[in-house]
Amino acid sequence: MAWNLEDGRPIYAQLVERLQVRIVSGRYGPGKRLPSVRELAAEASVNPNTMQKAFAELEKSGLILTQRTNGRTVTEDEALIQRSRQRLAEGYRKDYFAGMKELGYSEDEAAAMLYNRRGGMENERTD
Amino acid sequence: MSGLIEISGLTKAYNKSSIAVNNINLVLPRGRIIGLLGPNGSGKTTLIKMLNGLLTPTQGSIRINGQPVGVETKARVAYLPDRTYLSGGRKIYEILDYFCDFYADFSRERALGMLQNLGISPQARLSTLSKGTREKVQLILVMSRNADLYVLDEPIAGVDPAARDYILRTIINNYNPEATVLISTHLIGDIEQVLDEVIFMRYGCLVLYTSVDNIREQHGKSVDAYFREVFAC
Repeated sequence: MAWNLEDGRPIYAQLVERLQVRIVSGRYGPGKRLPSVRELAAEASVNPNTMQKAFAELEKSGLILTQRTNGRTVTEDEALIQRSRQRLAEGYRKDYFAGMKELGYSEDEAAAMLYNRRGGMENERTD
Repeated sequence: MSGLIEISGLTKAYNKSSIAVNNINLVLPRGRIIGLLGPNGSGKTTLIKMLNGLLTPTQGSIRINGQPVGVETKARVAYLPDRTYLSGGRKIYEILDYFCDFYADFSRERALGMLQNLGISPQARLSTLSKGTREKVQLILVMSRNADLYVLDEPIAGVDPAARDYILRTIINNYNPEATVLISTHLIGDIEQVLDEVIFMRYGCLVLYTSVDNIREQHGKSVDAYFREVFAC
């Protein structure tokens, strides 16, 4: 099935994120070989040149390496993968607080609701 | 490096008051999948017909592989017209024979493979198939050539969403860095992520030629949404 991509953002940037998630989650483990651009483009249902551009971005960041004999592999630098994971997590955290702010929750309330799932809900059900 | 298609000063006037294509200059490279987009009557099909030598320009020129449109370029361009030209009385395998005779770059194996994937029997007579299935057959014939340029005029309009996905995957899997695919369509949202670049036309003029991700980056919206904004009625 094609990857579900958002409308308002460049496609290659979204491909970079998807591939990062696959790398930090270990689906493409450290030092492991990556599928070819063509295979991934077909899986995602995107233009091969766009997938190529996403690969180039990941190469620039060091997460993937191109080896003449062995195609493309994930870096073995686990610290680098860890940093990438933290950056993605930071993005999700920001999205969460931004969404909660739109709903009218303060940052403290939003943080509290992460620990106590029932807290906020009960307040809204009192009437 | 020169482009695969070089269009300069191209104009087609059907008569004094009806200028279908108006002074277009455009160089299209190899290895791209390009959307040709514009409202009805913007000159897309006229441009496509000139690329295929079915219409003669009033002014200006087109070069494909450095050659003017003619016998040599037709051998390297695979064209899906906006309406059928195959006679309904023939069976699909007979049409395959016909294409093998006609085009040196036609692959019967590739065509048979795609027919099988879409569950279409080569024994079927064209007139017994539904409109959508006939469209699939025609697209298969075109995509089974090993051309430098594929020109597809509204290739997905008449087929169901599942077949549309298959067709888009076929275009991706056929991708060849030496060849370019030019697709004219109104269904922008469906094919947007398959495209590298888009050409916007209006009243016969070239409005825009840029990459899909440039539009998304600059305008923060999809090409589909941007098109609706630019061509709002």
